[in-house]
Amino acid sequence: MQRIGVFVCWCGTNIAGTVDVEAVSEALKNEPGVVFSTNYQYMCSQAGQDMIINACKEHKLTGFVVCSCSPRMHEATFRKTAQAAGINPYMIEIANIREQCSWIHKDMKEGTEKAIILGKAAIAKVNLNSSLTPGESPVTKRALVIGGGIAGIQTALDIADAGFKVDIVETKPTIGGKMAQLDKTFPTLDCAACILTPKMVEVAQHENIRIFSYSEVEEVKGFVGNFDVKIKKKARYVKEDICTGCGLCTEKCPMKNVPNEFNLGMDNRRAIYIPFAQAVPKVATIDPNACNMLKNGKCGVCAKVCAAGAIDYTQKDEIIEEKYGAIVAATGFNPISMDKFDEYAYNQSKDVITSLEFERLTNAAGPSAGKLLRPSDGKHPHKIVFVQCVGSRCDSCAHKGKEYCSKICCMYTAKHAMLTRDKYPDTEVYVFYIDVRTPGKNFDEFYRRAVEEYGVHYIKGMVGKIMPEGDKLIVQASDLIDNKQIKIDADLVVLAAAIEPDKSARPLATMLTASMDTNDFFTEAHPKLKPVESPTAGVFLSGACQGPKDIPETVSQAGAAAAKVIGLLAKDKLVGNPCVAHSDEMMCNGCSMCANVCPYGAITYEDKEFRMPDRTTRIRRVAVVNEAVCQGCGACTVTCPSGAMDLKGFMNKQIIAEVDAICK
Amino acid sequence: MNNNTSEMKNQLLRMSGVNPGKCMKCGKCSATCPAYDSMEYHPHQFVSMVQDGNIEPLLKSESLYQCLSCFACVDRCPRGVEPAKLIEAVRLMAVRKQGGNRLSAEKVSQIADDTIPQQALVSAYRKYSK
Amino acid sequence: MQIKGEYKPLIVAFCCNWCSYAGADLAGNNRLNYPENVKIIKVPCSCRVNPMFILRAFQRGADGVILCGCHPGDCHYTTGNYYTRRRMSLLFSMLNFLGIEKERTRVEWVSAAEGAKFAQTMNEFTEAVMKLGENKRLEDLRCKR
Repeated sequence: MQRIGVFVCWCGTNIAGTVDVEAVSEALKNEPGVVFSTNYQYMCSQAGQDMIINACKEHKLTGFVVCSCSPRMHEATFRKTAQAAGINPYMIEIANIREQCSWIHKDMKEGTEKAIILGKAAIAKVNLNSSLTPGESPVTKRALVIGGGIAGIQTALDIADAGFKVDIVETKPTIGGKMAQLDKTFPTLDCAACILTPKMVEVAQHENIRIFSYSEVEEVKGFVGNFDVKIKKKARYVKEDICTGCGLCTEKCPMKNVPNEFNLGMDNRRAIYIPFAQAVPKVATIDPNACNMLKNGKCGVCAKVCAAGAIDYTQKDEIIEEKYGAIVAATGFNPISMDKFDEYAYNQSKDVITSLEFERLTNAAGPSAGKLLRPSDGKHPHKIVFVQCVGSRCDSCAHKGKEYCSKICCMYTAKHAMLTRDKYPDTEVYVFYIDVRTPGKNFDEFYRRAVEEYGVHYIKGMVGKIMPEGDKLIVQASDLIDNKQIKIDADLVVLAAAIEPDKSARPLATMLTASMDTNDFFTEAHPKLKPVESPTAGVFLSGACQGPKDIPETVSQAGAAAAKVIGLLAKDKLVGNPCVAHSDEMMCNGCSMCANVCPYGAITYEDKEFRMPDRTTRIRRVAVVNEAVCQGCGACTVTCPSGAMDLKGFMNKQIIAEVDAICK
Repeated sequence: MNNNTSEMKNQLLRMSGVNPGKCMKCGKCSATCPAYDSMEYHPHQFVSMVQDGNIEPLLKSESLYQCLSCFACVDRCPRGVEPAKLIEAVRLMAVRKQGGNRLSAEKVSQIADDTIPQQALVSAYRKYSK
Repeated sequence: MQIKGEYKPLIVAFCCNWCSYAGADLAGNNRLNYPENVKIIKVPCSCRVNPMFILRAFQRGADGVILCGCHPGDCHYTTGNYYTRRRMSLLFSMLNFLGIEKERTRVEWVSAAEGAKFAQTMNEFTEAVMKLGENKRLEDLRCKR
């Protein structure tokens, strides 16, 4: 039997002005379970709290109700008071008689009546309260960063600098991501390699960072603070610790015609390759689909020329198992495929290229060694047309492209146009735009410079079609300001293709039980206040996998994600919210409906042995809630057809008791 | 917009099933239109003029009959607005309003020559006569 | 509010902890008046509200039940209010079939910033229930008021 105390607060005149506090404490005295009832001017004051503590000891209270302001205000205060009095902090309830009673009613009689009913409801609930202890779980002090682009690199560096171990998993043979492919970066036009490669080297040399390049995440189990991850290290047929990265094998390999994915297929590499000169780790990789030795067992040139003896044709995929406390998704983006946009003749002409290809064309380490040459005939283009919003801002009923704005295209197109005019003043540059969107520090100034100083022709209107004619490309477009249709005979057309999340993000999200939006971007826990946390505890988001982002934004988000990871890893133990779901295994029939509605993947199933009344044992499948993952929303409790699922602190019988008390 | 024009606008939207509000004014319809040069009002103008209820000038314009119904604009519109369907609706409205045919069977022999495909004649009848 | 002796409907409001309960608090902070016969029960999320609770309320003599949650897409638990929406549209049409008019039941999205909306919603809802009069359906005669 509970022994409940009731403490009615006056809150000065805030409550006492419209509620007869004396009458309330008097009326609640005779409620079931109540052994003590009083009122005081300010319950939250030190004197008020002392009064509660003394009453708890004197009357041997097992729990109490405070009729005061909103629980959002002082529930935590009174929980501490309870703890000081030796009562479980979850054995208290607050009746909100200020915000939801005295402040909104003017009549003393009505206010008092309502306050009494609210008090009764709280008493009815506290009668059914049980002691709750928050669960504790240890934290593995190691973070996993999935993706080794600028987002992953920055996150890993920030975490590692704080003194925690970090592993980076990257599917490509080298870290660096998309930024390594860029030439210059807006709005200051620093060369991307000059600012990125020092960071890559820093990652490689950092004592707290391990890089798993050419690797993929295979399986993720566990929960916040305690993830068990399997990483598949793909066989690169080169011993990573022995290879010196001299590159001799990549020159001698006879398989010369493998499209070079780092240059987007605009030139060729060998079957054994190092993606680019500053690759980290600088280790050769054999492409098993191109290598003659691996396919037919004939060749072996690379093994012969390798002075270090690093080549190993018998290497197998390796599975690495590791424990992590936090996981950061930084899977990045890709430009969309141009296959559905026939009107731009991307597949018909080599001289219609995407912006990322243009980036490689102008890059000093690119296929044309930085000279802007047409891919078809290697001639210098004199008229270049840039088309914006290719595949961005498309309505879903157009059945191609993406609905969102890709955000970075306006700025990089301005950059491309400006750089082209700067290097080759004899080139005419046209940019077709719908809107120029340049919100960002020094962004609009940058775009205006392209127009005003560099004389780039910005034309408002969209390109309708591109027709290859001879060695020219006829670009038919509308000029909406002049209200006419124009035709430009261009030498080169650059399409600002929309960007989409990397294809690996979707299976990864399933593994992490992190949610995604319809475009396969990871969703954040709160669009404004929790932009780098995924709704799944312990999983954080960094970079363009959460939404289109430019480099400054990606870096700041990466730092924010790192700060959240550090905050998590700095704790020795995680104290959970004790108001979590709990399944009564005797009632559970293992139907899986609760697991389907759980947004956190907190419910799993176990085969458990049960002793039947006739002394036989039976194995049944029952739901088990992981208390460290459950956030306590209660969706499962309503879904459960057998009523096995209940939410601690908000149990069915407690809420029904409240309903009954109110409806009496 | 007065009652009459908003009634006309609603009728057009009903007939065509097009929502001009989806247009983001990129002009790709006009950029892709093969009949652009012979038109007084261009496809993107049709969309925005109907949206603004400025329908009278469209009904009187020759542009209505210059649209080839090739549906290039419908295919390429990134927002799925389908301007050709809207132009077709305005055309129908004009035809219904005038009550007369722009093409009479007697005159066809004067206009038509051997190079005109049969299908074009049939579609011309469908378009210009009731 | 009411003249003495006049019929006062009894209204039970379930409010989610993160948005609507905070919205109700804000209504209080701004001293926005709404009828005192609205009694609020706090739940962690609107999806915690079991249809059973609503049936129980009607059984025990409530005249109207309103359920408030975060706006769609803003749920603290990501998807909770979507479940609420589906469950309640089913439950309310069933209740309507049983003779509990659909004006007696309502789901409303109230954010933590919408104190005025909370008060207005409660006023409108009370008025609508008042027009219908006392609810007799489902009432358990054993616990008659």
